[in-house]
Formats: sequence, C-alpha cells, structure tokens
Amino acid sequence: MIETDKKVQILDFEKPIYIMQEKIEELKKISMDTKMDYNSEIETLEKQTQEYKKELYDNLEPYQKLQIARHPSRPNFHDYVNFMTEDFIELHGDREGTDDRAIEGGVARIGGMPVMLIGTVKGKTTKENLECNFGMPQPQGYRKALRLFEHASRFNLPIITLVDTMGAYPGIKAEETGQGIAIAVNLKQMAKLDVPVISVITGEGCSGGALGLAVSNKVMILEHAYYTVISPEGCASILWRDAAEAKTAANALKITANDLLKYNIVDEVIKEPVGGAHYDPELMASTLKEALLKALEEFKGKTPDELKAHRYNKFRALGVFAQ
Amino acid sequence: MTLTDWFNKRKQEQKQALRENEVNIDDSVGKLWSLCYNCNSQLPKKDLENNNMVCPVCDYHFRIGARERIKLVADEGTFEEYFANIKGVDPLEFVDTKPYYKRQEEAKNKTGLDEAVITGVGEIDGQKVALAVMDFEYMGGSMGSVVGEKVTRIMEVALQKQIPMIAFTASGGARMQESALSLMQMAKTSCAVARLNEAKLLYITVLCEPTFGGVTASFGTLGDIMIAEKGARIGFAGRRVIEQTIKQKLPPDFQTAEYLLKYGQIDLIVERKEMKEKLSKLISMHSQNRERNL
Repeated sequence: MIETDKKVQILDFEKPIYIMQEKIEELKKISMDTKMDYNSEIETLEKQTQEYKKELYDNLEPYQKLQIARHPSRPNFHDYVNFMTEDFIELHGDREGTDDRAIEGGVARIGGMPVMLIGTVKGKTTKENLECNFGMPQPQGYRKALRLFEHASRFNLPIITLVDTMGAYPGIKAEETGQGIAIAVNLKQMAKLDVPVISVITGEGCSGGALGLAVSNKVMILEHAYYTVISPEGCASILWRDAAEAKTAANALKITANDLLKYNIVDEVIKEPVGGAHYDPELMASTLKEALLKALEEFKGKTPDELKAHRYNKFRALGVFAQ
Repeated sequence: MTLTDWFNKRKQEQKQALRENEVNIDDSVGKLWSLCYNCNSQLPKKDLENNNMVCPVCDYHFRIGARERIKLVADEGTFEEYFANIKGVDPLEFVDTKPYYKRQEEAKNKTGLDEAVITGVGEIDGQKVALAVMDFEYMGGSMGSVVGEKVTRIMEVALQKQIPMIAFTASGGARMQESALSLMQMAKTSCAVARLNEAKLLYITVLCEPTFGGVTASFGTLGDIMIAEKGARIGFAGRRVIEQTIKQKLPPDFQTAEYLLKYGQIDLIVERKEMKEKLSKLISMHSQNRERNL
C-alpha cells in the first residue's frame, strides 16, 4: 500500500491519494504532539481516501492502466518464480551460441505439479535491464523458448508462459538472424504441442513479440495489463504522425483486459491488488498461482489430440468479418 | 552546411519522396509514360507492361497488384476465386485521423478490391495449386480479420483438395485498426500452416516488395520454400523503427532480398519473369515422389 511503502513510484494520477494520505499523517502527528483529539476528522479523511481510491482504480483510463502495466516496480518473472514455485531449475540457451536473457525458462513445481515455466524478463534496475535488454527478446530467445516447449511436450509437462514485453527487439542482428521467422515458427509449432499451454499477460503484451509465447489453450491477463498489436506510441506515430497522441491511440486500440475479454482474445481476467500488482507482489503472485492451478485442472486428462484441436479451434474462431 | 549540400540533400529527399509514392508518379507522368524511380528512365508504359512491370533499363521490379500477379503465374483462364464473399467490418469502431470504415471505402475505390488478399485455386503448367495473393495497394496490404480468414480458408482448401499452397505476400504488417484481432490472425494463419505441414503438403511463400511486421512474423515466413522476388524489401521491424532504437544509420542494402539471402534467411531470389517457371518446377519436383511418401 502507498502508506507503507514510500519507495514505490507514485503515478501522476495517483497524486491526490498521496496528498490526502500526507494530510492524514500530518493530522495524526499534530494530534500526537498537541494531545488533541482529531480522531473523527482522521477517520472521515481515511474513509474519503478509501472511497476516492476505489473510484479511481475502478475507472482507470486505458492510458492509466498502461502506466500501471509499465510501472518500474511491477512484479517481474523472477518475483513470480520466487513467490509461486516450490522449485525452479532454469534451463539455458538456444544450443546455437546464445542464451538470450530476455526470455527465461525452466522446470518448476507449482502446487506440487511439475510444469515448464517460461517468461519474458524485465529488470528493475538499470543493470538488470541492460542484461535482459529491457525485456525485448532476440530471435535466439524465441528459439530457446521453442526448444523448451518441445522438451515439455516430450516429457508431458504442462507449459505456463508469463508475458510482459514491449515487443521483440528491433535491431540489426535481430533482423539478420530472423526475428520474424523465429516468431512465426513459434506460432506454428505451439499449435503442435501435446501438452496444455497456459499463458498470462502479466504486464505489457505488445505485438508478435508477446504472441510468440502465447498460442495457448488458455490466455489470461492481469487486471491492469494490456495486449495489443502495436504499442500505442507506435500506433500514434504511424496513424496520427505524432507519438504524443498515444493516449488517443490507447483508447482506440481497445487494449484493456475487459475489452480483450469482450472479443475473446483473452479467456479470463485476474484481479490485481488495489492500485496494481506492484503494491503487493506477494498477494498478486498468490492470486495468479490459484488461477494457474485452476486452469491446469481444466485441461487435466485431455489427450494430445484434444489439446491440439482445442488450441486450433480457439484461434481459428478469432476475427470479425461479414459474409 | 554549404548551399550545395543543402541542394543535394533536397534532391535526395525528393527522390526519397518519389520512392515512397510510386503510384503517384504514374499518375503525374500520365497514362502513356512511366518514370523508373530507380534509374530515372522515361519508359513508354506499354513497354513496361509488356515487360511484366520490370524496368527494361535497370531491371527494377515495380510493385504490381494481386490480379496482375495471378495473371503472371496462373495458366490462362484457370484461376477460380474463392471466398470473395468475405468482407471487412469495423469491429472496434476505430477512428484515427479518419474512421476505419472510410479508409476501407477509399481503399476499395482506389484498388477495385474488397480486401488486401485474393484467394483461390488455379493451375501452374497444369498443376493445381491453392493461391493467396496479397495486394499492397489495399491499406498497405495489412492483415486484419478478413486477410487472416481468407488465407486460413484457402489453406484448408489446399488440405481438403490435397494440393500445394502458394502465398504471395506484400504487406506492411498487421492492421492496426483491428488491434488485437489482427494480432490473432498471425496465430490463426500459422496454426493453419501447421496443418499443411502435418499433411506433408508443399507450401511455398513468395515474399514481394514489401513484406514486414505481422505477415513476416506469421504465414509469410513459414513456407517449406521461401522465395523473395527480386528487389523486395523484407523484415520484421521497419527501417525507421530500428534506426530510432539503435540510434545509428543502417546499411543501404539492409532488409533487401539480397541481404536476407546473404544471411541465410530465404531459399532463393527469383526475378518476376522467371517466377512461373521456377514455381512450376518446384511443385513438380516435390509432387513426383509424394504419393509414395504418404
């Protein structure tokens, strides 16, 4: 919560809450110092703050949600591994010369169940971010993921992917080594996997870079996360020829969890702690774990053919047109 | 900057602007003459058309539409269009500087096409093939719900008829105006290719100028054989995005067909005039032993 963790960066639209809380603190201090009773005033203010918070967070604009999804303290792959798994053994490398740190994966035990857990990694410090390239994978990252997908399929390990990326990295080497091909191959090969695949968009789900890990039997999304074909900034600079129109683009692109649910692009929205996952990463992880275990239960006992058909039909049905 | 530098820069920029608006040049020069914006030759339009829209002077391949392309590869009178009845809607009621439905209308009027892809079945030297041919002039050949659906359906036809499938791509990527619905077309079409693979049906992709983004990252690069048409630019991220990200200039041949061939990303480059012959041979060599293989 804001009051207990001052280190959390406050977003611009959260400032009123912060100011109200400071007022409450001040009043408490005065009350202590002067031994005068301001309890009823404090109580009223606290109640007002709570009401304001509920009102604010229940009615966030798409662009405000996007700010939460991008919050520097938002729990990342490492946090979820720490809080959700009893065991995690990382498996490295694409076997062709690279271990892309923007995608990590390994065998894990969640609620007693062995699974293959794969996710994009964002850092929380500059050093971490340089190492994982700000969560933007190279083709080699997608190839490592594919290797682990196929490994999981051989050993009957259900696959869980956690996606939080601004997109696949746009760079020279990425193009020379086939960024587009690497993603395309993942989309195709994920269709052939013999095990259940569950994906969760935990923060940013931008473009093919996110989809390359999310051709799944069940796609879930955290309440304030977003999933889109192009970042609102990118869209604004192409269609409006002005990146400053990102807010307008965020509205037009229908990027929020509830919009995506409406068009069947995601199957379930997972509730976040008040204000966003970063206010209580542990609570977030336990809610997520519960949702994942429930999802795994749904696909338990299904044959490989049933799982493949389910995945095919799910994506086959997406799209809106007239005929 | 000296005055001459300034003039040179302006000239460069004008050339660049011409490059980006190929169609407008055609209009401005008139109905009889075309200007090759690679070598600047004045070409009688008839000559250019008789040469498959390839500059007879410098071999520059002009962009061509889906209908022209079909004429170039399918045996005369064999192409039968499928799924022309699938038409676009505006599911998100998307408005940027113009409403999406307006853009769709404009694209229809400009191209005479209902969408950015034509699908159907035709013959190449008597060999039946399923075809999906994209047209860049319709909203930059972008892939939304209709393109995804038509491509998937024609692949299902290939599967049902047990015939090879060829996709000609020309696309700026996924269509932003349908947002995540467009993104899902990448998954849908790729899953359909998975089924072609499982049935051991030959799938050839011909990447034409330009092929980028969501089409590169889905059915465009999933061909058993990947051909690039000569002169095509092909990539995942656009040149400008990469330059902005890495803050440095890119080599001039970056993302050209020749560049991709050098880095092992495509099987071969084919000139337009040889396209039909090469496709025909590839299909024939891959089908001869297929029956025994099944």
